[in-house]
Amino acid sequence: MKKFNSLRSIPAYLPIANIDTDMIIPKQFLKTIKRTGLGKSLFFDMRYDDNGNEIKDFTLNREPYNKSKILLAGKNFGCGSSREHAPWSLLDFGITCVISSSYADIFYNNCFKNGILPIVLEENKIKELSEYSKRKEEIAIDLEKEKIIFGNNEIKFEIDAFKKKCLLEGLDDIALSLEKSDKIVSFETELKNKKPWIFND
Amino acid sequence: MSLTLYDKIWNEHLVYQQEDGTSLLFVDRHLIHEVTSPQAFESLRNSSRKVRQPKLTLAVADHNVPTTDRSKGIDDEDSKIQVDTLEKNCKEFGIELFGMNDKRQGIVHIIGPEQGFTQPGTVIVCGDSHTATHGAFGSLAFGIGTSEVEHVLATQSLIQKKAKNFRINVNGQLPVGVTSKDVILQIIGKIGTAGGTGYVIEYAGSLISSLSVEQRMTICNMSIEGGARAGLIEPDQKIFDYLQGKPKSPKNKNWDQAMEYWKNLKTDSNAKFDKEINLTAEEISPMVTWGTSPQDVVTIDGKIPNPNNEKDTDKKNSMERSLKYMGLKADIPVNEIKIDKVFIGSCTNGRIEDLREAAKILKDKKKADHIHAMVVPGSGLVKEQAEQEGLDKIFINSGFEWREPGCSMCLAMNADKLKPKERCASTSNRNFEGRQGKGGRTHLVSPGMAAAAAIAGNLDDVRKYQN
Repeated sequence: MKKFNSLRSIPAYLPIANIDTDMIIPKQFLKTIKRTGLGKSLFFDMRYDDNGNEIKDFTLNREPYNKSKILLAGKNFGCGSSREHAPWSLLDFGITCVISSSYADIFYNNCFKNGILPIVLEENKIKELSEYSKRKEEIAIDLEKEKIIFGNNEIKFEIDAFKKKCLLEGLDDIALSLEKSDKIVSFETELKNKKPWIFND
Repeated sequence: MSLTLYDKIWNEHLVYQQEDGTSLLFVDRHLIHEVTSPQAFESLRNSSRKVRQPKLTLAVADHNVPTTDRSKGIDDEDSKIQVDTLEKNCKEFGIELFGMNDKRQGIVHIIGPEQGFTQPGTVIVCGDSHTATHGAFGSLAFGIGTSEVEHVLATQSLIQKKAKNFRINVNGQLPVGVTSKDVILQIIGKIGTAGGTGYVIEYAGSLISSLSVEQRMTICNMSIEGGARAGLIEPDQKIFDYLQGKPKSPKNKNWDQAMEYWKNLKTDSNAKFDKEINLTAEEISPMVTWGTSPQDVVTIDGKIPNPNNEKDTDKKNSMERSLKYMGLKADIPVNEIKIDKVFIGSCTNGRIEDLREAAKILKDKKKADHIHAMVVPGSGLVKEQAEQEGLDKIFINSGFEWREPGCSMCLAMNADKLKPKERCASTSNRNFEGRQGKGGRTHLVSPGMAAAAAIAGNLDDVRKYQN
């Protein structure tokens, strides 16, 4: 996984609440067996008309937001299905940081597995940041210091320490868990004694 | 210390816990399907990792399979590649698979319980958000992403942080024509689509214990629509009776030992919940969704809400957006909304009792001429059972199509989908924009309500159709 440290970009602003994973990446794109190539289909139904042409006034189709690395969005972002295709499509488009007042649990977790930083911020602060989007000015994210820097201001955000470490170091959490193999083995041994039916033995 | 059922299952599965609470949780049961697993297997191969406990994973193709004649395989090239890839991966890693032509094939959340793979007190995961369905058996069941699928395959465990406890009590008896689907829609309307975010919900109360095992599954299934990754119900004799004799249920001595354990899976009487709400069953009516979020619910005798009555600007905007997408005007009576299609099926309502409920309403009646209606049984075994009971005849005589099992028009990944602006009464779980096909308009209802809509040609009150 690519390391996430700091980031600087003009944010794109999608002030819609409850953006679900069907909106982020509709089902016809779930037929892939790859993780890459989904960026062009991100927000497909909002981005393209019935003939497959780009809808000019949709934010992510417009300069400079078509190159945004930061997405400001309404509350409960990523609700619905567990499809990891949602973060994959954001990542493939180039978005590596989402800022919303709340997220659905599965989507939130999926972000961290892909080097995307989902920041939780109060709605009034997101409104404040959206002014920078409108003015096409950059904002910066500093994960190490847990800060969003804009103009002469900065806002602190909070993030789980372990998740932060994984992002900063680009850690493969399977490798981390495999380091605990001895603990898994002893858990399984005890389980076989205590609940033999679990293994259908 | 007094504990909830969730607390107890969590504690029993803790392999390791860091100081900050980040935990490694053992997974007893893992279900996989063709859409969210290929990338996980690919990564395993790339990093030369093995599947740790192949016997604890069960695979089935459901999202992408055709529901029409399967004798010639799958037409759609991409769907075929996914289904073939699942088969190849299962063979390579030694995982049991119910193939497309196996009569045990069906929707992953229907076959788990059907086979006795789903058991009380276990941790069950699947790369699908409706995994909460299995919580009806008193298990901790939740949806995971593909990277987590890979993690489970490689380590038989998951990195998790504990959620909070939320109890929803429903007491009393349901009025005639009101089902567990209406109960969960009512709950989602009440708590909102993010009301359960960060929580595991325990459903309790006299109504919940009076429900059948399958009705409980409908409730737990839609926990995610209320934001909760998992929803569960204390297991009782009904659950044990349901599981006894199932192919993958414990046998002989193991059964006795499992029963001893299962009987004690209860929330302590004075356990503390972080959040708790109460509902009265008698006050619940047949429900319909009017918008593009499962929280947009209204009773069948109600009217489409008016955004002008909403003071919160964000909510007002969101209502206006939904109404525009749905092609609906504020204040019109719900039972005047004309329907084009009816879909009965899905992991929410594709089990035998759901089909019986719909068939009971449809018996000796015809669907309205303009309606296209289909029934997609949740599994091959559900289909077989329904055919033994003659339910297929009732559906066919009413003008429904009787299909092969799969996810079908619940998410419209296969050929079963709505055309733009087509309006559907659907027993599925999501009414998101484009969910059942680009531009399609979904009204979530119970199986009985779907049957009533098919007969009337518009959304209608199932209570008028009690045979």
